[in-house]
Amino acid sequence: MAFLSYLINGLGLGSVYAIIALGYTMVYGIAKMLNFAHGDVIMVGAYVTYFALSLMKLPVLVSVLLAVAVSTLLGVTIERLAYKPLRQATSLSVLITAIGVSYFLQNGAQLLWGSSTKVFPSVISNGALALGGISISYLTLITVFVCLAVMGCLTLFINKTKTGKAMRACSEDKGAAALMGINVNQIISITFAIGSGLAAIAAFLLCATYPSVYPTLGSMPGIKAFTAAVFGGIGSIPGAFLGGLMLGIIEILAKAYISTQLSDAVVFAVLIIVLLIKPTGLLGRKLSEKV
Amino acid sequence: MLKVENLVVSYGMIEAIKGISFEVNDGEIVTLIGANGAGKTTTMHTISGLLKPVSGAIYLDGTDITKIPSHKIVSLGLAQVPERRRVFSQETVEENLELGAYTRRDKEEIAKDLENVFERFPRLRERRRQLAGTLSGGEQQMLAMGRALMAKPRIMLMDEPSMGLSPLLVHEIFRIIEEINKQGTTVLLVEQNAKMALGIADRAYVLETGKITLEGTGEQLANDERVRKAYLGG
Repeated sequence: MAFLSYLINGLGLGSVYAIIALGYTMVYGIAKMLNFAHGDVIMVGAYVTYFALSLMKLPVLVSVLLAVAVSTLLGVTIERLAYKPLRQATSLSVLITAIGVSYFLQNGAQLLWGSSTKVFPSVISNGALALGGISISYLTLITVFVCLAVMGCLTLFINKTKTGKAMRACSEDKGAAALMGINVNQIISITFAIGSGLAAIAAFLLCATYPSVYPTLGSMPGIKAFTAAVFGGIGSIPGAFLGGLMLGIIEILAKAYISTQLSDAVVFAVLIIVLLIKPTGLLGRKLSEKV
Repeated sequence: MLKVENLVVSYGMIEAIKGISFEVNDGEIVTLIGANGAGKTTTMHTISGLLKPVSGAIYLDGTDITKIPSHKIVSLGLAQVPERRRVFSQETVEENLELGAYTRRDKEEIAKDLENVFERFPRLRERRRQLAGTLSGGEQQMLAMGRALMAKPRIMLMDEPSMGLSPLLVHEIFRIIEEINKQGTTVLLVEQNAKMALGIADRAYVLETGKITLEGTGEQLANDERVRKAYLGG
């Protein structure tokens, strides 16, 4: 029974990782870059939600939507100002820039809002659903549900809409996509918008679970979600989803059965083993081209 | 219809195209022939806007398109069948064709053109739900051509359509190019297979290390001593 409730908790944590990992993997898939500032967009989303809830006393849904709007705008602005001028640059320059943006956001938050930790208001009832001996907290239920909904909407969007198809085309071959009349820069902007909007949703779920808001709040979840994206196969949307869920489950099980301190080490050890066996990640594609 | 004037294109310090001029008139098949590395693909990519020239100009029906981004050139009536086909291998045949019509809004006409492409290339209809990456080389070439046709272009640029195909398929592809041209689409064709290209071309240019060294009708060049020696195997 204990195992089952650990599993469910892991699923809850994994759902948050999955939502963040989707942002990483989409941006990587289209722009071919690792946006290390993604975690800090989560942090900004968390602050916006916090201010909306506790200072402006806005309803939960409105607060989250506001945070989604701000994060989306932030993500698109970062792409325009910091990454777009580097479209032709080496990937190392882009990577260093992304790390720079990450520090910029963290220090900016510290300057604007101070370095002290703010307590995120408790907005989701502490109740739990009792289900044959195990109890599942409402928060976990909501988190898993939101993650599934996000994944479902994203899959539909990518596979069924014209913009989604254009995104897939861009992820394969930007030159050929441009020859079709697809505005590649616009598609990259849309990708950043979606990824950053998702980061704000993740921020809310994260802070509802661990209710403290501080400038470096996004770093660890960001790195974990990046790991999840690589674990699942970076660039693959189902991969990020699966990777996120598995990472959450492995982390919680490692905490429960091995050691609380060692849990992160176990997570990364599993990542290394997976990459040794399957270098492209669980659902990553083999890079092959038919000439 | 298409006019290229004193085009110069560089990759960093290396000048790949050293001031070429040529034109393609309405309804013609014009071919650029030349060896590997002569600058054929560079020329094609510059016309379709994927590369920006150092100097010179490109006119499409009198409009200067030199500075127009590639994604806007398609809707002006110019489509390209790129070298090595570059189909979207992870998308289905039908999705590839739909992407060809990306800039168009006329749904009914698009459906009709899709039907036309399937009629021209029955193999593509059979495989419409298959991922493009699973097609054979010849089928991928047909898909790349069908995809370009879906843009309803007035001029079609074709870059090495014969590459990697069996002689039988090459004949088939060239027959289709002639057919597309007869139905009213102007064609600019780049080929290493000079014999086939000169066979169907109204006019031709020889490109050598970034310069045009010869020009004439397809027939003139096919009978030219220098062309015969260099490109037609004696």
